[in-house]
Amino acid sequence: MARDLWREFADDPTYFVRTRPQIVLIPAVFVLFIGLWEWVVRQWDVPAFIAPAPTAVTRSLVGGIRSGVYLEHFWVTLGEALAGFGIAAVTGVALGAIIAQSRLLERTVYPYLVALQTLPKIAIAPLIIVWAGFGLSSKVIIAALVAFFPVLVNVIVGLKTIDQSKLELMHSLRASRWQIFRLVTFPNALPFVFAGLDIAIVFSVLGAIVGEFVGAQRGLGNLILQFNVTLDIAGVFAVLILLAVLGIALHLIMQAIQRRVIFWAQPEDVIGA
Amino acid sequence: MSVALISVSDLEKTYVTRGRALIPALAGICLDIHAGEFVTIVGQSGCGKTTLLKILAGLIPCSSGTVSLRGRPVNGPSRDIGIVFQDPVLLPWRTVLHNVLLPAQVLRLEARASHARAMGLLRLVGLEGFEDKYPHELSGGMRQRVAIARALIHDPSLLLMDEPFGALDAMTREFMNLELLRIWQQSGKTIIFITHSIPEAVFLADRVVVLSARPGRVQEIVSVDLPRPRDLDIMASDEFGVYARKVRHLFDARAWLD
Repeated sequence: MARDLWREFADDPTYFVRTRPQIVLIPAVFVLFIGLWEWVVRQWDVPAFIAPAPTAVTRSLVGGIRSGVYLEHFWVTLGEALAGFGIAAVTGVALGAIIAQSRLLERTVYPYLVALQTLPKIAIAPLIIVWAGFGLSSKVIIAALVAFFPVLVNVIVGLKTIDQSKLELMHSLRASRWQIFRLVTFPNALPFVFAGLDIAIVFSVLGAIVGEFVGAQRGLGNLILQFNVTLDIAGVFAVLILLAVLGIALHLIMQAIQRRVIFWAQPEDVIGA
Repeated sequence: MSVALISVSDLEKTYVTRGRALIPALAGICLDIHAGEFVTIVGQSGCGKTTLLKILAGLIPCSSGTVSLRGRPVNGPSRDIGIVFQDPVLLPWRTVLHNVLLPAQVLRLEARASHARAMGLLRLVGLEGFEDKYPHELSGGMRQRVAIARALIHDPSLLLMDEPFGALDAMTREFMNLELLRIWQQSGKTIIFITHSIPEAVFLADRVVVLSARPGRVQEIVSVDLPRPRDLDIMASDEFGVYARKVRHLFDARAWLD
């Protein structure tokens, strides 16, 4: 996809840009916005704890990365998020597969699932800290809790959304329940599973951060709190940028994996997706 | 007189709706189909053609009457039957070759032999070289050919086809009819083919079974004595016209009696 775009660009750069003005406009808006922000801060002497200048944020970001401090906390948060995501993904898929096997089980369990899903998991974060302590494990648990439900719900829906004709085909071959699950139902559910995983990976970062807000010694969330206390708002913004990068990177990785695994369910001609 | 491959006697099928109303779909169907025959079943929409096919396939039970395959009653899907639906129902995550191999996998047939058979069948249906393509890369006609190859992989004696070319454009449909006759001649299978196109029914068949409107009954079985192999030009011949008219009049007559 990207290769095709590059070839198009190389063929006729002017035409490419003219028919896709957003390529220029999107960065232009960004540059304009940052420039305006910088100018406003300087012109009106806006205090640093309200709105730091972009230059100050950049300084903090670069300095923090160079000194290794930001990166140290970055890996902590990333580790917590990934561990939580991993647990959520495995248990979500396994439990979803089990629940989807029995109509009765599904109908019995579903109200509880809905209730637990709508309960803001971050509200029990303090409780998890009490139970699991200030260390990494409590963050992993919160991240897993938050990421679990999107996976579970999507797995169940995906396993149920199988069209009759495919089932009829397997029935005509006298396929066993396991064969039907393995050969048809589960692969068919993969687009749904990945939709759930896509949400879950972002939620797991959220869960890790919230856990760090509530009680932690390390991590980007913890760093934000520290900067808050010392009114180093430029530092806060710098960490926010790192978090944005983290979230986007994880999402893009998930999309790349998705494109390879569920290659048959890709929407065609999605530009800039 | 050869022994019937599949024998239907006094077949009835009644559906019970949720409001406990009885909907008769098929009534008193009697039919004998012999090995190697090409039989088409033609009828208006809703006359029970698909229901009949599903009962023959063992996918749904009949309400009364008997269906025998090789003398044994049909009480479930059989390994001796291959089915082609109107929708090819290919698994999009599998290549063409692996789609054809699906029945072999489910029935746990020997892998190497099945692989060789699959390649041979793809050659037979004219898809040599497409083994590693995915369904989304194929046209409708090609997908249906994969479905036909898949229906033959486990070497059934009987092939049931439910309006398999209904979703294709007219020219592709004609081409597929020719291809199907070629495949039939080369494989020697028995084919029961459902359609609501009278020309298609006459062109393909040794015998045309005309089903009446619901509840479906065998109105008449028309023997088509046109020479084989048939090509599309035969559809312009007088004899063809006579058969087609005969079948068509069976419909018109029925419509008035209703």
